[in-house]
Parts: sequence; structure tokens; C-alpha cells
Amino acid sequence: MLAMRRQADVLITLFFFIIVVSLFPLGVGPEMNILRAIAPGVLWVAALLASMLSLGRLFSIDYMDGTLEQLLIAPSPLFLLVLGKMISHWLVSGLPLVLMAPILGIQYDLSLEALGVLTLSLLIGTPILSLIGAIGAALTLGVRGGGVLVSLLVLPLYIPILIFGAGAVEASAAGLGYDAHFSLLGAFLLVSLVFAPWAAAASLRISME
Amino acid sequence: MLVATKLECTRGGHVLFTDLNFSVKSGELLQIHGPNGSGKTSLLRMLCGLTQPSVGKITWNDSNIRSLGEQYYSCLTYLGHMIGIKDDLTAVENLSISCALAGLEVDNKMALEALQQIGLKGRENLLARVLSQGQRRRVSLARLLLVKTKLWILDEPLTALDVVAIKLIKEKLEWFLAQGGMVILTTHQDIDISATAIHHLHLN
Repeated sequence: MLAMRRQADVLITLFFFIIVVSLFPLGVGPEMNILRAIAPGVLWVAALLASMLSLGRLFSIDYMDGTLEQLLIAPSPLFLLVLGKMISHWLVSGLPLVLMAPILGIQYDLSLEALGVLTLSLLIGTPILSLIGAIGAALTLGVRGGGVLVSLLVLPLYIPILIFGAGAVEASAAGLGYDAHFSLLGAFLLVSLVFAPWAAAASLRISME
Repeated sequence: MLVATKLECTRGGHVLFTDLNFSVKSGELLQIHGPNGSGKTSLLRMLCGLTQPSVGKITWNDSNIRSLGEQYYSCLTYLGHMIGIKDDLTAVENLSISCALAGLEVDNKMALEALQQIGLKGRENLLARVLSQGQRRRVSLARLLLVKTKLWILDEPLTALDVVAIKLIKEKLEWFLAQGGMVILTTHQDIDISATAIHHLHLN
């Protein structure tokens, strides 16, 4: 319902991701072993930063044109509306990264299995980024320099996701089991799915006072 | 019935108004007057439940609006200073979305009719960014033609409107009051609306 917005942001986020990821092979040089070793980390960090890019705009446009007031006094529960915004944020800034990641992974000479694990880990991980990021965006609403503040607030919270997301890919590249990583990522996703909309809704009410 | 008792509003440590009491019953209009910065918008936002009064309480049919929550919001239509029009959507899309948010399913035909009534014939499918201020205001006011709520809270609804549109809105308000609706509005213009009871509240 709320995702009906045309966003040139999709392309910005996606190109940011592509360029950052492509810079590393150029900078490090064609050392296959090094590239293969840093690939999971680089891809995941780039995904984190790319999804941060569009967070600032998640609520601020609605805040400025008054739509947010209407959201707050809508007769449907606020956390559902916020969940809708989070899902739409993921669709425009998370999903394209997931689809792009296997192609970019080829630059790093990742094996087919590792590419699959990478995509799957991003598929589970990027929704968590949107969910947690929205809380940060709601809290910093209307604060000057909110964009930078969001990064400081949210990036530390992204650390566990980064560790287990990139860890899964590393484990599979090393021929180890990666089930545990996925279970933990899945658990993060479920917990944040339950608590994040509620927390973001509460922060929005506080920010609008 | 909306009742406000002993309301107080502070903004940045400065008391805007204190010990404010009023009530609005079915079919009544409350017009709020006051110079810029006297707390008109703050009062309206308080009545919508967007901000908490620092002292006092607001009740709707004898229960506090804070505890009613969504039940209260489903009786309420609020048009604020910022009109909530998205530049990247057309007039019709803007109207359908704002209605959908208010929990009202509106098909394309109804939305088009409402826009034509409010004088936007031929502009329905233009992007909101190319509309003038008055036309954008009309798009947001078109929602009043569709909603079925009991209480309207309007913040300066007549800004940027021309004479024809003001007359149209005035007639709509009179019709709504005659149906037993309640209206709370702020405006700097004088409008002579005929209603069973018109209260005036002066803030200073």
C-alpha cells in the first residue's frame, strides 16, 4: 500500500553497491587468493553501507510533507503501517543487492557453492538491515545531521549480522558447515520482525511530539 | 462529543496557553482565533492526539483519546498545515492513498468525481509537482468529500484557495454540520457559516 512511490533511489543504492564492490579487485590487484579471502567481508560491508544510504529518506520525506502525521492518526495500527514501510524499503534497497551479489561475486573468483551461500545469507540478512535501520531512522527524525547520526546509531547494531552473514560465506568457502550461521541469522530476522516495527512505531510517536 | 479540560501547552519552556476548557457537540463548529504563534496548530495537534498536553485531558464520548487510540482516529479527519501531497504521484493517486490511509476504500471513479467536484477537472492525472499551491490544497481537501468521519479538524483549510473554492468548502462544511458533524478549524479569514452553534475561541 505504501510502497507506491517512484524511487530513483533504487538505482543509486544499487550502483553504490556495484561500484564499491568492484573497486576492491582493482585496488588489490588480481591476486586470486587474497580476493577470495576478502570477498565475503567486502560484499557484506558494501551491502550494509548501500542499505544505509536510503535509510535517511525512509521517513524524512513523509515527515516534511505531512504524510507522517496522517500515518500516526490512521485508524489502522501504526506498527503495521511501519512494517509496510520497512518491507518497501527492503524491496527497493535490499532485494536488488541480493540479486546483484552473485554476479559481483564472480569478480572475486568465489565457487558456485559460496556464491549460493552468499546470496542466501544476503537474502536473510538484508531484511534485518531494513528492520533495524528503520528504528534508527525513526529516532533521528527531524534531528539536524540525522543522516550521520543514523549511521552511528545503526552500524554497531549491524555488527552481529555482518559477522554471521560473512561468516557463513567464509565457512562454506573453507568447506565447513554453515548451518549454524544461517540458524542465527534466521533467529535475528524473526526477533527483529517482531520487535522492530513496534520499536520504530514508538520512536515515531516520540519524534513527532 | 469532544471535551477538553484544563489544557495547557508549553513550547520550549514558554507557556502558550493554560487552563483552556471547551467542548464541541454534534452539529457544532469551533473556530479558533489568535495571532501567529499563539498555539493554534499546537492545540489542533493536541486534539488529534499527535502531542500530549502538558496538563489537562481531552475526552471523546467520555473516554480519554489517548486510551481510545485507533478507535478515536477512525472518527477523525485531520488536515494539517503540511498537506501530505506527494510530488511524484498524480492528483488521483494522492487522493486514493490518503483515503486508503484513513481506512476508506475508494475506487478510481469516486476519486475522479471528488476531484471534479472540487474544481480539478482535466487535472486529475497530472503529477502533483506541476500543480499550483491552491490546486494542491484542493487535492487534499477533496478527501473531505469522501470521508465518513464525525469530527473534522482543519488547520487553515482556506490558505491559497480562490473565492470559488472557499465558497465550495463553506457549503460542504454547512452540509456536514447539518448532518451532525463536528468541525474545529483555524482561519484568519472571516467565513460566515450557518450552523446550529458556532463557538469562538480566542488564544493570545
